[in-house]
Amino acid sequence: MILLDLFHYWVFIAILMMGFYTVIAKQNLIKKLLGLSLFQSAVFLLFIGIAKVDGGTTPILHPSISTEIFSNPLPQVLILTAIVVGISTSALGLAIVVRIKEAYGSIEEDQIQSKDESA
Amino acid sequence: MNLALHYPVLQVIIPMLMAPLALLVQHRKLAWLLASVTSLCAFALAIAIAQLVLQGSSYAYPLGGWQAPFGIELRVDSFSAIVLIIVSGASTAALLAGYQSLAQDIEEDRASLFYAAWLLALAGLLGIVVAADAFNIFVFMEIASLASYILVAGSSDRRALPAVFKYLIMGTIGATFYLIGIGLLYIMTGTLNLSDLEVRILAVEDQTPILMAAGFISVGLALKAAIFPLHAWLPNTYSFAPHAVTAFLAACSTKVALYVFLRIDFFVFQRTLSDHAAQFSIYLLPLAVAGILYGSAMAIREPLAKRLFAWSSVAQIGYIVLGVSLVSQAGLSAGILHMFNHALAKGAIFIGIIVLASQCQQLTPTALNGLGRKHPLIGIAFVVAGLSLVGIPGTAGFVSKWLLIDAILEHHRWSIALLMVVLASSLMAVVYLAKVCETLFFKTPETTVVQPLPKLAIALLLLVSFANLIFGVAPGLPLELANNAASLLLEHTL
Repeated sequence: MILLDLFHYWVFIAILMMGFYTVIAKQNLIKKLLGLSLFQSAVFLLFIGIAKVDGGTTPILHPSISTEIFSNPLPQVLILTAIVVGISTSALGLAIVVRIKEAYGSIEEDQIQSKDESA
Repeated sequence: MNLALHYPVLQVIIPMLMAPLALLVQHRKLAWLLASVTSLCAFALAIAIAQLVLQGSSYAYPLGGWQAPFGIELRVDSFSAIVLIIVSGASTAALLAGYQSLAQDIEEDRASLFYAAWLLALAGLLGIVVAADAFNIFVFMEIASLASYILVAGSSDRRALPAVFKYLIMGTIGATFYLIGIGLLYIMTGTLNLSDLEVRILAVEDQTPILMAAGFISVGLALKAAIFPLHAWLPNTYSFAPHAVTAFLAACSTKVALYVFLRIDFFVFQRTLSDHAAQFSIYLLPLAVAGILYGSAMAIREPLAKRLFAWSSVAQIGYIVLGVSLVSQAGLSAGILHMFNHALAKGAIFIGIIVLASQCQQLTPTALNGLGRKHPLIGIAFVVAGLSLVGIPGTAGFVSKWLLIDAILEHHRWSIALLMVVLASSLMAVVYLAKVCETLFFKTPETTVVQPLPKLAIALLLLVSFANLIFGVAPGLPLELANNAASLLLEHTL
């Protein structure tokens, strides 16, 4: 039962490792970037998961909301920032891949390496 | 209104606001001038902050008047002051020296974009140092990293692109690891403010998540700081980046990551993790020793001068880590002072590379042949910086190495072995420096086209080399700051 209680941590770890594996194992630079995005998204899930409070509602002060328990809004705000960081990283990474393609004619890591060594 | 109270925030927002302004100035020279003046302002502010923290111990700045822990806080103390000086000083020197060199690398229409990215990198690095909030540190770290990927990719050498891609992947993994660590800390304590975290973490009973957090944060920041064996991104990034960018990043970016590492580790984890000091040194000491030896050995094998000094950076980071891993007053202050002195020496060397590179088409292994004989003044200034790197008496590098040896002798158990390591690596440094000197002075010059010498870069080279000698004789301000910083870090044991 304790395994199910910690369900969202397991999801976090699984996605994190999938992303990490892709970054390390794939030769294709675009695939590497996708893995990196996945890796970052897993961390977003970790933060958003911990914000949920059992029985809590939206954290808005309003007369129609009578409960005293609210979900924690802070992690979501943090992750909003982290998502922006993630998007910028992916965008910059893709821009670099475009330039690598222009300069080397390939986006496979081993081919790029062999081109540099032969040059 | 007391302006001095606002120094910490001005330190960050001036470069940050000037970055879009540089973007609007569609003119190479004006954008460069704007960036240089801004950077000089930041340097002046850093010096002013250093003066202030030497009088009192530290002061906090609540952003927008919202008090911590609910508001965002900036905080400066002796440790941040010395790192602020390193960052803003390196940026200023590299910008001033790099104008001509950057003009060759960056096309006219992209110049203002490039200088905007430079200012963002500066703002990010300074922001990391003044931030007193774990999440803000992450955000500033990403600003600085993203901007510096752009700076490195500005190189006209195509090999910079795969290098920067690797840097981006590893840097992002490092930052994400750091974020996971912060997340775990937040789960356990419900706060992100460092001084609040320091208190609340004591109430946490279960040590496992805290230990995990410490692990994630340490590994993430070690990646950013290029601590051996996580240095793989460093040599290629430094050697293929535009020369001015190398001078900037080599002098400060890894040190800022080390700064965050030390700060979080000593402020947050020191009191709560049992046997912290022993664990800290058990993990870091071998890595430091391995980094020192490996970096030096690779530098000896390397034919390209710029890459050689990149490898030597790996070794020098090892010295800093060795100092701090002794976890004693003497060791910490030696490590922190070495951050400053290494920045001085490496900064001078890479500014020297800017000057030398202006005299040849490409930095091939033979391109520097005989250039020292042709321009003795440049050659000598370059060698002075090199001697400071080795740690010859009379140069800045000697002071921190002497302190390091002192600290090692105090640390009795492995003192002889560690002493041998420092000695061996100093000899190795002599070997690789001699290799560069041989190229500069004793080889016949290639018939190269005579190009005009970049005067500003030469002036900066002489100035920074001279600073190496000055701080070798009178290490006053940095030494005092480093000592204060070391006792500040240790004070948090209680």
